[in-house]
This record gives sequence, C-alpha cells and structure tokens, in this order.
Amino acid sequence: MPDAPKSNSDTSKKLYSDMLLIRRFEERAGQLYGMGLIGGFCHLYIGQEAVVVGLMGAAQEGDQQITAYRDHGHMLAAGIDPKAVMAELTGRSTGLSRGKGGSMHMFSSEKKFYGGHGIVGAQVPLGTGLAFANKYRGNKSVCLTYFGDGAANQGQVYESFNMAELWKLPVIYVIENNQYAMGTSVERSSAVSDFSKRGASFGIPGVQVDGMDVEAVQKAGEEAMAYCRAGKGPIILEMKTYRYRGHSMSDPAKYRTKEELTEVREKRDPIENFGKKLIERGVMTAEDMKALDAQVKAIVIASAEFATESPEPGVAELYTDIYA
Amino acid sequence: MSTEILMPALSPTMEEGKLSKWLVKAGDTVKSGTILAEIETDKATMEFEAVDEGTIGEILVSEGTEGVKVNSPIATLLAEGESAGAPAKKAKKEAALPAGEDHKAVSDKGGEKVAAPKAEVAADPEIPEGTEFITQTVRDALRDAMAEEMRRDELVFLMGEEVAQYQGAYKISQGLLDEFGERRVIDTPITEHGFTGLGIGAAFDGLKPIVEFMTWNFAMQAMDQIINSAAKTRYMSGGQMSSPIVFRGPNGAAARVGAQHSQDYSAWYASVPGLKVIAPYSAADAKGLLKAAIRDGSPIIFLENEILYGKSFPVPKLDDFVLPIGKARICRTGKDVTIVAYSITVGQALEAADKLAEEGIDAEVIDLRTLRPLDMDTVLASVKKTNRIVTMEQGWPICSIGSEICAQVALEAFDYLDAPPTKVTGKDVPMPYAANLEKLALPTVEDLIAAVKSVSYKE
Repeated sequence: MPDAPKSNSDTSKKLYSDMLLIRRFEERAGQLYGMGLIGGFCHLYIGQEAVVVGLMGAAQEGDQQITAYRDHGHMLAAGIDPKAVMAELTGRSTGLSRGKGGSMHMFSSEKKFYGGHGIVGAQVPLGTGLAFANKYRGNKSVCLTYFGDGAANQGQVYESFNMAELWKLPVIYVIENNQYAMGTSVERSSAVSDFSKRGASFGIPGVQVDGMDVEAVQKAGEEAMAYCRAGKGPIILEMKTYRYRGHSMSDPAKYRTKEELTEVREKRDPIENFGKKLIERGVMTAEDMKALDAQVKAIVIASAEFATESPEPGVAELYTDIYA
Repeated sequence: MSTEILMPALSPTMEEGKLSKWLVKAGDTVKSGTILAEIETDKATMEFEAVDEGTIGEILVSEGTEGVKVNSPIATLLAEGESAGAPAKKAKKEAALPAGEDHKAVSDKGGEKVAAPKAEVAADPEIPEGTEFITQTVRDALRDAMAEEMRRDELVFLMGEEVAQYQGAYKISQGLLDEFGERRVIDTPITEHGFTGLGIGAAFDGLKPIVEFMTWNFAMQAMDQIINSAAKTRYMSGGQMSSPIVFRGPNGAAARVGAQHSQDYSAWYASVPGLKVIAPYSAADAKGLLKAAIRDGSPIIFLENEILYGKSFPVPKLDDFVLPIGKARICRTGKDVTIVAYSITVGQALEAADKLAEEGIDAEVIDLRTLRPLDMDTVLASVKKTNRIVTMEQGWPICSIGSEICAQVALEAFDYLDAPPTKVTGKDVPMPYAANLEKLALPTVEDLIAAVKSVSYKE
C-alpha cells in the first residue's frame, strides 16, 4: 500500500507521479527487452496507467490485488520496489521471485499482490477465493481482481461471478477493456461488448468508467469499495482504456490503424491530460513536472542498473521453493 | 557525452533484422515515445520508439541495411546542450552476465550438475503397546480425519458438491455440517473449474481448504487451476506464496459407470512437481495420511477409491494419529518376489500373495501409500532382497506408476535382478460398459499371479 497522502493536492500529485513511474518504467523495460536483457514475453502497460493508479488510490491497507500477465503497473502502484520488479524481468536473484517467475509471474505477499498469472482468466476464480478468505476471516478487506476484455469470454469468469454473488464476496471485478484481446478487437470477439453488463444474469451491478481519467477511476473505485465493504457482494467496473504498445513486445499491432493509436495518444493520454489539469488548478507547475520527470527517470534508471548488475540466481535455486 | 541507440531485439528469437526506414534524421529532437525507425524482423515490420529524450546526433546505419545485429549501435543521441562532435558513450551491454556465487563455484569445478535434494522421511510413529484398535470403514476414517483437523484448526474448511446438506455424495462428510456449520462445510454449485480456483485463492491467503471432487473424473475441468495455480505458485513466487490445500475424492474405476467415470489419474498427478500425491488402501492409512495432508503446506492430491469406502480395517484409537507423507509400507514380508501396489490393488496383491504362498512362492507386498514423493528406498531395498519385482495398478500401461518404478529399478538395482521388472496394469483402452468387457479391462489377481510366476520362471 502506498503511503497515505496528506491533502487533496498531495493526492493529485501522487496519482500523477505513480502514473508517470509506470510509464517510464515500462519504456525502460521495453528498451531492456530490445537489448535482450529481458527474455520471453513482456507485456507493457503503457496507456492503461490510470486504471491501476486510480484504483490503488481508492484502496485501503489489507486490500488485495490480482491480475494476469500485464502486471508491472499493478506492482508499482502497490508500492513494490521498482528495482525488485525490474530485476525479476531480467531474471536475477534480486527479483521479486528471485528470478524464477519472470514478467508474467510475480508476487508480493507483503504488499498483498497475488500475481501475475499467465493463463488468461485463471486469476478470476483465484481473486474470488481471496475475497472468500476475507469473508471467512471476517475482515473488511476487498480483493481487486483485474482481467481484460479477452479474459471476459472465459468460462471460469462466470463460474466465479455466480459464486461471488451467491456468497456475497467482497470482490471488485475490474475489466480492463483495452479493446483488443491480443489482435482480436472486442467487436470481433464479444457478442455483447458492454462488459459492465456481463454480471447482469447473476445480479452483479456494473459500471462503465473512463479508464483514461485517473480521477474518474478513483471515484468509481471508492464507490465500489464502499459497496463491497458494506457486505453487498461483488461489483464490476469496466474500465475503457487503451494500450499503446502491442500485446507483447513482439506484436507489430497491424490489427489497428496508426491513426487510431495517434488519436488516443494525442487526445486521451491519461498522464498528459491529468498533468494539464494539475497545472490549470495550480497544483503543479510545468517546472515541477519536469523536475518530477527527472526524479522518476532517475528511479527507473537506477532500477535498470540494479536489474542488469545483479547476479543470476545460484544454481541451487533450481530445486528450492517447490514444496512448503 | 552522447549515448548510442542500439538495434533492438523485437521478438524472443530475433538476432538480426533490416533497418527498413528512418523516421528521424540528425538534428531532430526526440522524446520518450517518438518513433525513430521501422525495423523488419523475420516475422513483421515493427516501429522502434525512443526511450530517452535528446537530439539525434548521427545516423550510424543507413536505411535499407539488412542483417543489422541486435545490440549494435544504429545512431547516437545527444543530451540537452551537447554538440554532434561529442564522443559517444558506449551503451551498456550486459551480454556477459555476472553469474551467481553458487554458479561460479560450480563452473569452477568443471560443470558439476545440480542434484535434486532428497528429503528425509520419518518412519511411521510407534503405536503404544496396549492401544485399542477399532474396526472402521475407510469412509468413517476419512470423516474422522477431517473432523479432527477441523476441530484443531479454525482455518480448515471443506467445500465441494453435495458435501454439506446432502452429507456427501458418498457420505464421506456425514455429520460435518451439523458439527461445524455452513461457514466451514460449504456446498458449491456444479462448477469445478471455478471452485477449485476459488479454493486455491483462499489458500494463497492462508486458509486451508479441503476441496472434495465428487469423483476425480470431474477434476479434469479444473486441471489448469490444479497444475498452473496450485502446484507452481510457490516456485514462481520464490517461496513467498503457497497453496496449503487438499483435493480429495474417489479415483479409479467404480463399477459399470463407463469410460468417462472410470479412470485412474495417479500417474497424471504424480508427474507434476509441486504436488504431493497420496493414494491409501487401508482405513488407518487413509486417516493418518489425510490428517497429514491437511497439515502439510503444499497442495495435495488425495486419491480415494469408491470400492474401498465400505471396507473395514483396524484403526488405532489414538487422539492424534498422523502418518508421514512419502513413506511406503511393507504390508507382507517375503523373500522370493516384490509386489508393489497402491490403493485398491493392495488388496489384490495380498490375496495373490496368499495363493502364491500355497504354491511355495513367498511374496513381499509393498503398499506405496504415497505416489509423490515416491518411496523408492523401500522398493529398492526389497528388490535387492528378492531380485524380482512386479508392479500392479488399475491405470493405463503407458507412462504408468509401474513404468516409473520399473525404470528406476532397472537403473538403480540392475545387477540384483533375476528377471525383467514387470508391470500389471489396466488394459490400454477406455473403460467399456459391458460387464464382461469391463472385467477384461481391469487387472485381476490371476493376472498378478501369472506375472509373478513368469518372473519366478514357474509356470
């Protein structure tokens, strides 16, 4: 959990700076991938930053997060050290999973981040189980269970919806609708494209949110949290968002036009737009932002250096952590 | 000092590519996200974005160049206030990675291999002299094990189809709802994939679920969660997160229920690192091992057998009877041949041993009890004494538990063998429904006796 901000303007600055950290971190991750320092699959969160930052801005101590493989942003927003995340991406002993998980499989029990799951949709029953544990223990924590528009067509999502509503579990299903399930658009994959209605037949309410507007996300998150904490059961938040990069690093993204991407970047960018608002409101100046960008870049560069200078895991690690 | 912009790898396998087109030229100002160039890989043409801001100093590789190696400099980037003449700072290449301490040490010894560590398993606990034994069915022993553990630990709960109000499809959970209430004995909808994942999620948070599958046949719907989520998470999280969960239910052939309801999954689960697999025969073992399974921190596959549920055995009347996971039991000692069985085939093996004794063949019968980790020490010690081994199971012959045991015996005790390691299994067919064909598909006492005689060279 990130440190609690002291005032409205502190809150706003933190939202801005958390989004910027994710953006700069992901750009650097992309570069390290290009240099062959990150292997395999690497899914960047660039464009979607407002979703996780806004929701973590609404979360409280003890709330859990679980998501799929596009997970770097969720970890940074949870306050996990960027060095440990970057070092996991490069497969080093100092990584969150000591190099044994990689980009798609990272966890932090300390920060209540439950992964980092590589199989589309599998995190949805798992997150429902985390919410089950909250109810079983009688605490007031809520589990933020994220999945994409692609995962929304997996059967286990609906098995989870049914149990969550039946047992009134405190889970927020966050559907990050970035409009493309890898290369297949929502229109080409979903009979009903309004994902906020996907819980209708189970009696689960849903809300559509502008996922490019961090304040709108935070507000929706606060309302959803209150709903769950009141014992009313699960709720769906459909976040209308967009990813700028390909599905993974090796995706040339030829299924959408350059104009479509350019338009989102120019008109809907969550960081640019929120930055303009902060300047208008007098919360930050352009100089403040430049200085912040330099600070964030320094953090990211330091994490990249840490991640490339740390040793690989020792060979004895091959056989550890298999059994409790 | 300017920095070098390097040719990027744009797929997991790319080693070189074509620099198709430059979208910037020397003197252009760029910032994070500016598209610098188009690069053609073996699969596609990709856009290459800037990460750092600055001014393009010099283009080092002209557009149209093919076979540009990944990580070779293609341009220079000047920071604010620098001129094009500044010497380029070599971009850091980390191709030669610093190895871990252990790695170095091992390399120095000339590529020594890492061996899988072997866990020591304790022997069965002593049963104090004068302990009373009660006669109990496997069904009741399983119920008692769950009830005792639920009394002992508030975090243990039972969920599954018909486990609460119906008292269990096979009555294993009889009485548990009355004692523990609906918070801890939970009827689920028919939704195996969903409730398996839900149980594992609850286990990530530290609860200790017992998930009952009405039969293991239905667990195939949940296979992804069992393997990818339960078995692998501890490893993938570097030991941070575990799945202390028990999956249990009847496995193997019942009677006349056809192909989709009669299958032995032992070999499937026993092949997966991260899982422990238990398949008991007697009521006492069922009780002691289920209690151990619930306390263990790892995901457990607990394979019961419907035919055995109603069978009675002596069970020690002790407050807390817990058996070690990973220890086989010699249930009959003998000197002429080793028979290795588990679950229902242990009963068949004991019956065969009695008949073989009448013909002068003294068989040793080993009940594996746990299939992963497999107690090969007990098996090998026996084979070194008897010089012959026959395995028996209901499952299919290809890649079976017997296949694994025979392979390990051939590797570890080859010089001791007087006959080829031999396995008796179910036939290599889906289970037929017709009574006569079903009988042919399952291994029998007679099959085992014939195999033992064959390795004993007595027809």
